[in-house]
Amino acid sequence: MAWTRKDLLGLEDLSKEEIELILSTADSFKEVSTREIKKVPALRGKTVVNLFYEPSTRTRVSFEVAAKRLSADVINIATETSSVKKGETLIDTGRNIQALKADIIVMRHNYSGAAVVLARNVDISVVNAGDGWHEHPTQALLDIFTLKEKLGRIAGLQVTIVGDIAHSRVARSNIWGLTKLGAKVTVCAPELIIPPGIEEMGVTVSDDIDQALKNADAVNVLRMQFERDEDNAFPKQIEYFRDFGITAERLKKAKKDIVVMHPGPINRGIEMSSEVADGANSVILEQVTNGIAVRMAVLFLVAQARDTNSPIVT
Amino acid sequence: MVRARATIGARVENKQRVLLDSAPRSKNIEMKIIIKNGRLIDPANKIDGVYDILVEGAKIVKVAKDIRLAADKVIDAAGKIVMPGLVDMHVHLREPGREDKETIATGTQAALKGGVTSVLAMPNTEPPIDCVKALSLEKSLIKKTAHVNVYICGSITKGRLGKELVDIAQLKKEGVIAITDDGASVDDEGLLLEAFKQARKADIPVICHCEDKALSGKGVVNRGIVATRMGLRGISSESEYQRVARDIRLAQKAGAQVHIAHVSCKESVEIIAKAKKSGVKVTAEATPHHFTFSQEAVLGFDTNFKMNPPLRGKTDLAAIREGLKNGVIDAIASDHAPHTENEKDIEFDRAEFGVIGLETELAAAISELVENNILSWPGLVEKLSLNPAKILKINKGSLGQGADADIVIIDPAKEWVVSKDSLSSKSKNSSFLGRRLKGVVEYVILGGKLVTTEKLL
Repeated sequence: MAWTRKDLLGLEDLSKEEIELILSTADSFKEVSTREIKKVPALRGKTVVNLFYEPSTRTRVSFEVAAKRLSADVINIATETSSVKKGETLIDTGRNIQALKADIIVMRHNYSGAAVVLARNVDISVVNAGDGWHEHPTQALLDIFTLKEKLGRIAGLQVTIVGDIAHSRVARSNIWGLTKLGAKVTVCAPELIIPPGIEEMGVTVSDDIDQALKNADAVNVLRMQFERDEDNAFPKQIEYFRDFGITAERLKKAKKDIVVMHPGPINRGIEMSSEVADGANSVILEQVTNGIAVRMAVLFLVAQARDTNSPIVT
Repeated sequence: MVRARATIGARVENKQRVLLDSAPRSKNIEMKIIIKNGRLIDPANKIDGVYDILVEGAKIVKVAKDIRLAADKVIDAAGKIVMPGLVDMHVHLREPGREDKETIATGTQAALKGGVTSVLAMPNTEPPIDCVKALSLEKSLIKKTAHVNVYICGSITKGRLGKELVDIAQLKKEGVIAITDDGASVDDEGLLLEAFKQARKADIPVICHCEDKALSGKGVVNRGIVATRMGLRGISSESEYQRVARDIRLAQKAGAQVHIAHVSCKESVEIIAKAKKSGVKVTAEATPHHFTFSQEAVLGFDTNFKMNPPLRGKTDLAAIREGLKNGVIDAIASDHAPHTENEKDIEFDRAEFGVIGLETELAAAISELVENNILSWPGLVEKLSLNPAKILKINKGSLGQGADADIVIIDPAKEWVVSKDSLSSKSKNSSFLGRRLKGVVEYVILGGKLVTTEKLL
């Protein structure tokens, strides 16, 4: 199949085949990063703008590295939300970037749906690098890519996602991606940070981490952003670690080769112990490496779709 | 052609009205208009059949089979529906204060196009209608620029802040026909009880926006799976229905007339049904968006589906339709809430709540309710014209002999597609954009005068 979307906004809208196409494309790009000269000319002459309304290091750097390995020109724009409130609207900003003849906007935004709004209002490609609590598709894709690399398949796997599900775009994108590919997903968290109706997304809900780890092939441990608990829904840090923290003791009762993932940055001693983070089951650094390949694939596919869809000018 | 009358409508005799009417209207020649062969629907007089109507001056003079008289204008309405002009009891005209969103002129022009001949203007203007001074300004603006009958709703509390009551008796004396803090609910029970008591003395209804902010918080869509999928904060039904129950209880205690605005959830419908059975003077309205869409409509982050209360689940939608059918919900009102593109075409969380509705409510009601056998045609006229007039105690919503000649003639079968270009409102934030609707307003007679067709295009 061919990729036809100019944007990647989330995994909710994608078909199983589209997700698989990104994964197989990523697979072929992964090798580039192992070469002596880590560069291919796939996006030579294209301009990628990283538009970040929220502070982010790893995602921005990962996209920047991915774009550069594809030979694109990269421009980074970091905008604090406060200045945006006073100034230019999102759509105006997008149209200005379009007027610069950029080809792809990679956007991180603190409001859910912001990437959807932007994509509707520009002709150039938009890649969602995380919007509010809504979606973070490339993170989920790299999680799935890593899982598939480790376990050889996704269909039939039991995957537990633990942490602040309510406020997590990583959780949502993982749920869409994993369930579309046939995995069984359990979300595990204190009741107040389980969003209402989430069972309807096709997941099992648990508030017992030991139970949720029991048959799991993988556990994806979300970052607990205690500094951002706007809804006062979090338990105390110490209680959270006691009741939901991933520790070596807990993993002893799980499958021996359970894959432990984390989107980073890790709060050691809050959502997982250092022992687990650095232990044999952890694939956290492999996730970072795979992030480059997945983002190369996404940038390549959306750029190609626009080239294919563009009217031919003679 | 301009009908500019503030709040005085019902109680003013013809001669007085001439004095009140403003300059730009045509001379005081008594026009005779006969509407022939239309299907006349007038539930106030239990009429549904082919009748002719004779209008003379500002009044309906005669309703009969086959009127043969010389007239200034004869309209052949064969195949058409002839009904009393709509009375929309929930309209935000935005003037004074937010003329960038809407003005009295543009809002009432939109009303005219939608077949709405009377509106109740909400008091959340800047300044709000909380004192005689603000009311006088509003009245003078209406007199100068309104294209339909505009009645004024005062606020319950000063500044709509929920702290101190307005002078209800005084506002009523100066022409306010109802009070509301719409957009907010009065948190203080004691204060609201006192408002109900004074409203009862003044014999005006209190219109309640039912929302417990402590529960709805920073929510932007209905709480549940859709909010969860979109990663947005939810607004629970509890935040509405607990206030519906409270407000009805307080109104009952005071013996006052309470009207529940924009009912959105199943539990509210049930609470209102129960209260009606036990004899409380409670009425309720539903908006076209709440009887047409469920929360799934919001999934594309289209802010034209962001409103407060939010679109709810499918069972809530069904309950509202059922409530309209069985009479628990008395009226259809648009909650016409114009907002500029700058306020709407932005990130979902930051966008204003509310949608416009004056120009689409009639066609939406025909398409959704009549076409789906939820309402009969007379039932539709009750919800859109007769019942709101009764709730507001204004002499509208009827086509009986001697009634004000506010009449609309519609082609019930003609279809149209709602587009930004088709809308007269200054703002274009309609939930119905792109939708095909049935029912087109062909003629409007306002106070006995035929509105020119250009004004309806």
